[in-house]
Amino acid sequence: MAAMSELGNGALSELTVLDLSHYVAGAYCGKLLAAFGAEVIKVEAPGVGDGARQVGPFPDKNPDPEASALYLYMNTGKKGLTLDLTSEGGAAILKELVAQADVLIENFAPGVMESMGLDYATLSAINPRLVMASISNFGQSGPYRDYRADTMVEMALSGQMYVNGDPEREPLSSTGYQPSYQSALYAYSGIMAALIARDRDNKGQYLDVSIQEAMASEHQFTLNGFTASGKIRMRSGNRYGSVHPTTILPCKADDNGKPGLVSLGISDPTQYVLFLQLLDMSELLDDPRFSNPQMCAVNYRAFDALISTWFMDHTAEEIVNALQDNRIPAAFVNEVSDVLDDPQYEFRGFWKEIDHPVAGSHRYAGLPYHLTEAPPVYERANLLGEHTDEVLGEKLGYDSDRLGQLRESDVI
Amino acid sequence: MAATAKGPLDGVRVLDLSRVWAGPHCTRILADLGAEVIHISGRRLVGRREVTRETAVILGTYPDNDPGERHWNRNVLNNDMGRNKLDITLELNTERGVELFKRLVEISDIVIENYSPRVMPNLGINYPVLKAINPTIIYCSMPGYGPEGPFQHFVSYGTTIDPHSGLASRMGYPGEDPHMSGNAYPDPASGMFATGAIMTALFSRYRTGKGQYISMAQAESGTALTGEASLGYQLSGEVPPRIGNGHVRKAPHGAYPCKGDDKWVAISVGTEAQWTNFQDAIGAPGWAADERYLTLEGRLQHQTELDGHVTDWTRSMDAYDAMRLLQEVGIAAGVVVNADELMNDEHLNQRGFFWKFDHPEAGVQTHAGQPIRLSETPARHYRPAPTLGQHHPYVLGELLGLSDNEITDLEETGIIGYTPLVRE
Repeated sequence: MAAMSELGNGALSELTVLDLSHYVAGAYCGKLLAAFGAEVIKVEAPGVGDGARQVGPFPDKNPDPEASALYLYMNTGKKGLTLDLTSEGGAAILKELVAQADVLIENFAPGVMESMGLDYATLSAINPRLVMASISNFGQSGPYRDYRADTMVEMALSGQMYVNGDPEREPLSSTGYQPSYQSALYAYSGIMAALIARDRDNKGQYLDVSIQEAMASEHQFTLNGFTASGKIRMRSGNRYGSVHPTTILPCKADDNGKPGLVSLGISDPTQYVLFLQLLDMSELLDDPRFSNPQMCAVNYRAFDALISTWFMDHTAEEIVNALQDNRIPAAFVNEVSDVLDDPQYEFRGFWKEIDHPVAGSHRYAGLPYHLTEAPPVYERANLLGEHTDEVLGEKLGYDSDRLGQLRESDVI
Repeated sequence: MAATAKGPLDGVRVLDLSRVWAGPHCTRILADLGAEVIHISGRRLVGRREVTRETAVILGTYPDNDPGERHWNRNVLNNDMGRNKLDITLELNTERGVELFKRLVEISDIVIENYSPRVMPNLGINYPVLKAINPTIIYCSMPGYGPEGPFQHFVSYGTTIDPHSGLASRMGYPGEDPHMSGNAYPDPASGMFATGAIMTALFSRYRTGKGQYISMAQAESGTALTGEASLGYQLSGEVPPRIGNGHVRKAPHGAYPCKGDDKWVAISVGTEAQWTNFQDAIGAPGWAADERYLTLEGRLQHQTELDGHVTDWTRSMDAYDAMRLLQEVGIAAGVVVNADELMNDEHLNQRGFFWKFDHPEAGVQTHAGQPIRLSETPARHYRPAPTLGQHHPYVLGELLGLSDNEITDLEETGIIGYTPLVRE
């Protein structure tokens, strides 16, 4: 952010980042760098910009490329530059910017940067200290390199999807962007590691992040069971397979009539005994079907039927409080609308009110951490090409004539 | 790739008090990148004292379902998280244990823990105390809901963070309840945020000379990862419904059953060109010409019938054949791989994704490698996971300068050891 850079007190305010991202994977990584004060220049194609601008949701469901929730969230704190990288002039300008940059992030399909003459070999020759991060569906090499994918296909090929859902029904993906988000987090840490190494070795390097690998590395139970004993982890429905009750259960509706749901995370015997005491159902411990959380998992249907009366007599709030008072894991089951009213998030100041000239003022999810000496800054997403003149003027010394010519030839 | 290159975090020492998955996932990355991660455990927290063969079969995480003589050194879950790390035991509820921990803090860079927020102050080793000992220390605390606020003492796991954060609300069969991840996804996801925060603090410290305190909430991680949806709700006024494997702008879009038992292929058809290619690829069946399927709007509207037709085709296909056939014509498709297929995935294996570790007590095991692939300072497998207390001689002897007699004395007084203790 300009303001922070001038003050020089963002943890990353010395860094200039060229963010050639679209949609989520590269963009979320750039957003995190911007949150710590890096000057992140979002490079978009003139006219249309990042495809995320077309995705939404939009205010009142009216599509507007400056008011897509996906774009607004992924690009907080960035400067907007338009540049046609497929034109010779555009690629040349990018190279000039690379000479002054610390980090470049891109998530084009493999081979696209090369086709524009902007591969790592070329760019590192211009700036040997450049850290370049490429995020792609399957990485820059291997037989699936050019395969296409979206969230569901990444969930499928990383093994995450197979273990989600009911054993009797189709495996479930999620409707969010989790694979892309995770790759962005790996890229973020990889970039930070490369910058730390650059301090020591005085040279940049190339970072190849595969979305499939990011998700495949977050698989403790699946892979470990297989390597140890050949066990294939199965779907176990809306519960945790080996211990019960770790699940989501219906309970009494709240005062507003909202159907009740509550989450339980009971896995160890101590919690299990306490839980049954609380429900005044300790006699179940004498029933071999329910003697411990493992047996309970085998007989979960019968168990859920037995405890349902108590649950339907209590609201989620009553249940969470009663269980947590006894140090038994229980939680609310929130929709994305409910989390906005969460008292814990409120206390920690998680939501950030950010105003935007087109979309208006809204509450954005912040970062899940506070750093005492490096507080994140939260500023709105850039408009398409909002800082084109400023970036090219200040960094490359382009005057208004030059900018006019570039604009006329659709380079910017 | 320079095989002798130093890891990017070479020379960084981490004291890892974290347990289970979220914290260990973070420190595993630091270790893969060359940091010296010293995992410190109290022996009451190591796990159960006895593991019978029967329990081992249920858990499936002991090599060949044999817990062996020292089951705590054979659990592959721990050995995966522990790779590249060092291990010592230390009873922090003793004066001597705390004194030794503080001496380690003097010579370390990072402390990470995921205890409930009351634990570290009770032990007398919370951040203000440690900062006084070493002002450059970076201290990351990552309980479920954060170390402050009305839910600070809530007991949580990844499985309860999942529905609280809103993540589970983004998964579910059409019209049904939010659905939990089958893999406790919020755990590694939180670990990723912690890793980024620690690296940022480290980068900053190299410039300012100052350490800092990182206060992290695992629940907020999940909510940050659905931030586009909570913002979208504010813009559109609509809570996104659960739509199974459907997609608001693509059809067909789903997991379809294939030949064999529980075999599925995920197919995603977005553009008109892909829809045309899809029809050609599956042999231009008559139903595809139905006018209801001419436009995306029509296909979305008649999804159930459309999915039925697609299923008729996939049922006759091997899942891999279906994937390759569709990918050849530019359609996003992927086998819904199980553990076996994932570990034998030709693409991941050609990229050398999996790492094999030969552990002295657990034998050769295959683990996911490190997705952070750096060209000049690559992540590496330095050593298999340590056995419990394996590095007492190095950490207590070499780093802290304790004599052999002093180390023996610690062992005799139960402050360190090599076997778990029964939880009281």
